[in-house]
Amino acid sequence: MFKKLLLITIGLFSISASAEGLDTGDTAWMLTSTALVLFMTLPGLALFYAGLVRSKNAVSVLMQCFAIACIASIVWVVYGYSLAFRGDGAFVGDLSAAFLSGIGRDTLSGTIPETVFVMFQMTFAIITPALVVGAFAERMKFSAMCLFTFLWLTMVYLPACHMVWGGGLLAQWGVIDFAGGLVVHLTCGVGALVAALVLGKRKGFPGSAMPPHNRSLVVMGAAMLWVGWFGFNAGSAVAASTDAGMAMLVTHISAAVGAFTWMALEWIKQGKPTVVGIATGMVAGLATITPAAGTVGPEGALLIGLMAGIVCYYATQAIKGVFNIDDSLDVFPVHGVGGMLGIIMLSFVGTQGGFLGSGASGIADGGPLVQLVIQLKGIGVIFLWTAVATWVILKLVGLVTDLRVSEESENEGLDVTEHEERSYDLS
Amino acid sequence: MKLITAIIKPYKLDEVREALSEVGVTGLTITDVKGFGRQKGHTELYRGSEYVVDFLPKTKIEIAVSDENSEAVIEAISKVSNTGKIGDGKVFVSNLEQVMRIRTGELNEDAL
Repeated sequence: MFKKLLLITIGLFSISASAEGLDTGDTAWMLTSTALVLFMTLPGLALFYAGLVRSKNAVSVLMQCFAIACIASIVWVVYGYSLAFRGDGAFVGDLSAAFLSGIGRDTLSGTIPETVFVMFQMTFAIITPALVVGAFAERMKFSAMCLFTFLWLTMVYLPACHMVWGGGLLAQWGVIDFAGGLVVHLTCGVGALVAALVLGKRKGFPGSAMPPHNRSLVVMGAAMLWVGWFGFNAGSAVAASTDAGMAMLVTHISAAVGAFTWMALEWIKQGKPTVVGIATGMVAGLATITPAAGTVGPEGALLIGLMAGIVCYYATQAIKGVFNIDDSLDVFPVHGVGGMLGIIMLSFVGTQGGFLGSGASGIADGGPLVQLVIQLKGIGVIFLWTAVATWVILKLVGLVTDLRVSEESENEGLDVTEHEERSYDLS
Repeated sequence: MKLITAIIKPYKLDEVREALSEVGVTGLTITDVKGFGRQKGHTELYRGSEYVVDFLPKTKIEIAVSDENSEAVIEAISKVSNTGKIGDGKVFVSNLEQVMRIRTGELNEDAL
């Protein structure tokens, strides 16, 4: 009898021990968020980009996003997660959890299973290189793109992720980047800018028109991004908490205001409100609120959305019009500039209990100006690191294979020449 | 026999088809085409920059008719397609040497 009781007690103890710290509510929300963020890339971003290119290149863009999802997942499991989130190096982690060793079904990360945290962060590692596709769309060789993605994840994304979120240098400085203004949007934006410069312009740029071939796909993809972004930002609370609720609210506000602002600007300046414009403004609003979603309140989100619409609109005109850079689908002016804008603005609109803030803690004790300096240092490090590493990676890839398809292939379209498929067989 | 080729505004197609049925046309072929004339192109917007679309979509209609019907057909097309604005299109008329109905082997007027 006593023996039986002891066994039961031990049994109960071991159950409660393994369940200690696990929060089912948090876990349920993080499982949901993970699915939402993957949905942003496939099909959201893939459709958004496919609609923006010419019909002869639609398959190539879908294919690139899909392949990136696969490559990033493999890298993440083999060494990516470990280098980003294990170890306490300033720039990069260690390989103690390579192949996810030591992470079992009972391992916890905070209040959720570590398996869920691994998956959630994996979807961020997927979307970031997929965003860069917009810069070299319609001209990069598929094989070069695969190699580039693999190296870019390793040399740019993983260090950036570790520096900001994995306890590295920027985390120690106190840089605030709630859901990836630096880790996701600045890295993809600067990566895009350097890729556009190294690969060069598309044939015919800027003289001949290269309009989006299917604006319905653009809107469909953009709408999926909007919904998926709730997982991206509110999921970054890593809890089903008050922070998650506020993050979702401010994310939505900024998206709506960014979209409306871009549309209004276009209406005033060009005479017509366009659907590609309103969708682009939405992405700008979302990218800009991303780093700030953990600290700003609703009024702050209105201001961030407004600034995102205005600043990203003019940045888009400037990159193509003034600087003559063929960042084909405007990744840098929307994501890079939006990310930096959010990183800077959160110093002022995210003060605890103060002007436009949500009441969450985080801003440096010294106040907005002290935080601003920290934020600017963060931008500097990530910008430079990404620019140099991306340039080196492209030169390395260029030693192995051509970065661009042949001129003939570019004329013909990458769908047929790279994949022997067409997006539309209408007969 | 005449081959009448008309380039019209796409949205006028249904009206033209009805008008042609009324004057006894029993068959025609249409193609979606692009081109420009005095209307030239128009501008479209992309993320705040304007670009010119040089070629506008039009519908091409081809009809083979007997000599005596050709006037009525041309009149039917031009009457219905005319909006008085630039870009209404054109009608081309050319002589047609031979027509054959593939199923029966009938030739010329019998094949129309």
